[in-house]
Amino acid sequence: MTTAESQLRSVIVEKEFPHPPEKVWRALTDSSLIAQWLMRNDFEPVTGHAFTLRADPAPNWNGIIDCEVLEVDPSKTLSYTWGTMGMGSVVTFTLTPTEAGTHVRVEQAGFRPDQEQNYRGAMYGWKSFMGKLENVVAGLA
Amino acid sequence: MPGSANHVFKALADPTRRAIFERLTRGELTVHALTERSGVSQPMVSKHLSALKRARLVRNRRKGRETHYQARPEALAPLVEWMSDYGAFWQNRLDKLGELLERMEK
Repeated sequence: MTTAESQLRSVIVEKEFPHPPEKVWRALTDSSLIAQWLMRNDFEPVTGHAFTLRADPAPNWNGIIDCEVLEVDPSKTLSYTWGTMGMGSVVTFTLTPTEAGTHVRVEQAGFRPDQEQNYRGAMYGWKSFMGKLENVVAGLA
Repeated sequence: MPGSANHVFKALADPTRRAIFERLTRGELTVHALTERSGVSQPMVSKHLSALKRARLVRNRRKGRETHYQARPEALAPLVEWMSDYGAFWQNRLDKLGELLERMEK
């Protein structure tokens, strides 16, 4: 790994769902379903398709995330670029069938330290951010 | 968790304080103006502002006889860092995905 690459930050979140991969895949790739758990969008499961995810604008953030589909491997892998306020990263969903259903791994990779300010700005814009804060705090010792 | 993050978390855990902070992100306001629409007394608003100031979430400046307050959203940085390190955004979205999967037909 080069120095530049090792400075990239990534976030990995994993969760298992008691549903088959095909069903999880539909929720990840059907535009109206995506809107119900992520954001409003004009997504299409086609490699090279450019689309936007739209959240409500917030101070210092227009609420728009520009994306492009990189990989579509049905019920296995979905990957797209994620660009907002000059910050670029790649989001990859990896589905693995388990006995109980599906293991989902989400990796968002490619925040550089010099993009930190934008990253903070973008995160600050998340509507759910403030709303969830109370729950987060309630979970603290 | 660094001390500064604790201050920020504690300051924003209170809904009234959070509402005051959110209003101040939209522009500078006096204690007077804040009291008018907050539904709490002026001494309470001042108390909340002190807590926000301790967490460095607001800054103030005197102008004539009134003190004007303004939010410092950049003070959320330790908190956002903490959230992003734990992938809180995606945790939250995957919880929503789970709820959606429950609602969906096979």
